[in-house]
Amino acid sequence: MLENSGLFDSKAIKAQFPTLSQVVSGKSLVYLDNAATSQKPLCVIEALENYYRNNNSNVHRGMHELSRRATEAYESARNRMALFIGAESSEEIIWTRGTTEGINLVANSWGTQNLSANDEILLTTMEHHSNIVPWQLLAERTGATIRYIEMDAEGHLDLTNLEELCGKRTKIVACTQVSNSLGTINPLEPIISQARSVGALVLVDGAQAVPHQAIDVGRMDCDFYVFSGHKMCGPTGIGVLWGRKEILDKMPPYQGGGEMIKLVQRNRSTWADLPHKFEAGTPNIAGAIVLARAADFLEEIGFDAVKEHERNLLAYALEQLGAVEGIKIFGPSDQTLRSSVISFHLGDIHPLDVSTILDAEGIAIRVGHHCAQLVMQHLGVTVTARASFYLYNTYGDVDRLVSGLHSANNIFAP
Amino acid sequence: MNTLASLHQQLILDHYRNPRNKVSLEECDSEGWATNPMCGDEVTLQLSLDKDTIKGISFGGKGCSISQAAASMLSVRLRGSSLETASLLTSQFTGMMNSSIGEPDAVFMGDLLAFEGVRKFPLKVRCALLICEAFQKALEKANELGRREALMEDL
Repeated sequence: MLENSGLFDSKAIKAQFPTLSQVVSGKSLVYLDNAATSQKPLCVIEALENYYRNNNSNVHRGMHELSRRATEAYESARNRMALFIGAESSEEIIWTRGTTEGINLVANSWGTQNLSANDEILLTTMEHHSNIVPWQLLAERTGATIRYIEMDAEGHLDLTNLEELCGKRTKIVACTQVSNSLGTINPLEPIISQARSVGALVLVDGAQAVPHQAIDVGRMDCDFYVFSGHKMCGPTGIGVLWGRKEILDKMPPYQGGGEMIKLVQRNRSTWADLPHKFEAGTPNIAGAIVLARAADFLEEIGFDAVKEHERNLLAYALEQLGAVEGIKIFGPSDQTLRSSVISFHLGDIHPLDVSTILDAEGIAIRVGHHCAQLVMQHLGVTVTARASFYLYNTYGDVDRLVSGLHSANNIFAP
Repeated sequence: MNTLASLHQQLILDHYRNPRNKVSLEECDSEGWATNPMCGDEVTLQLSLDKDTIKGISFGGKGCSISQAAASMLSVRLRGSSLETASLLTSQFTGMMNSSIGEPDAVFMGDLLAFEGVRKFPLKVRCALLICEAFQKALEKANELGRREALMEDL
């Protein structure tokens, strides 16, 4: 089977990821749990080691060489991530622990300041729990109401009643760009333009989009954009909240502590300017610096090439999996509206059993509700098995998955 | 796969495909329920008692081969046993699955030894133990009932 699509050599890329060259259960590892987290290339691992080996220091507060180095690397990482997502200024890049913290920050800070009992928050039933629960907590605090954009049978957002759902009372719309459980790629344009027309803000959850495609928040015209580092070849514990400067400027701090103040007095304090106002305490310095290295890595390969490879891989996987007896694949049938995530059931075999059999063959997939229980309820299931691909996956990986599913069918054959 | 492992697998699959005691009881004295939120598996358990002896037992629920087979296999062992023996067996089984006891008593464990291989899958260990959790709850309920009845007799 041809491994190269266009200029893309997925085997050469795979070779740059040390975890992927190991043997698991006596077979070479096939890692298909990328929607949960990605593996890390050697350059990222080395950047982490280099930071702790040579430059480790606290930032913004030491008048010594190491602190200067750490501060410079940390702040240039911020510039790097601003460029990476097309932000106008690095002041708009707030470091977070990940997507979840980014959403919690907006819900707590902006939400508590701006929402009251008659207001509405518009979500979709496709969201990850991290884009539902923070808003539920906010709704409980403020008395605001949560409404949902529903999905159709294939897992596309149903926008037919968007004008009714997103009206005068709507203060914020929070929506994922790509579904983590079904792979659906959402049409953000009509949602954002409807939100604009009623004066509502829009938060886009980019956790599943950023690893796979170039992002331009300016062109997208949203107000907040959140994502995690660990799904894009970066480390865990670091992520980005991007927000429009004029909105971030008006928001109160999320947490109090060192780093986020101008002046502390006995009874009150004043806040640091952006972005530090939202970054209380010693940040994840290494994480930020290394995330920038991951961004370099992805852009050196190029998102056009990554996208094309994943598109080819998805087409091949859907075709091969479609031929497996008893398989039921959830999500969009239109491949142009689907990312490289495949949720499925294999006959009556419980997804946990499917995953256990695959594990015994060295194949890692995810099974569960994928933190998207509203999606599972919509599908009428409790859990699904999910295979998700990334730039280092090969056609050979798909073949191994297919043969693992045949094994499962054989073991559970009546 | 070695013969023992495959024998064990056959045993588990047999209980999964042909579950024993999966018909709900017409009358039950106590019941329990347990779920694994990580995967959505759930097991329900009904007991009918004759004093301290489990006269009838039934389990229900849905889930993977491990949770369902463990429930089926344990239900076979628990039927007709005393509550004391049942507690001992479920706690031994729990200990074996959590690797919190030494070598399990192979004779006492019997067919349940088939689940030893599941120990290397932590998520599945939880599935195998759902039936024990459900039994524990049913036992607590039965004890409560027993206490209440004893109290009534005293009055």
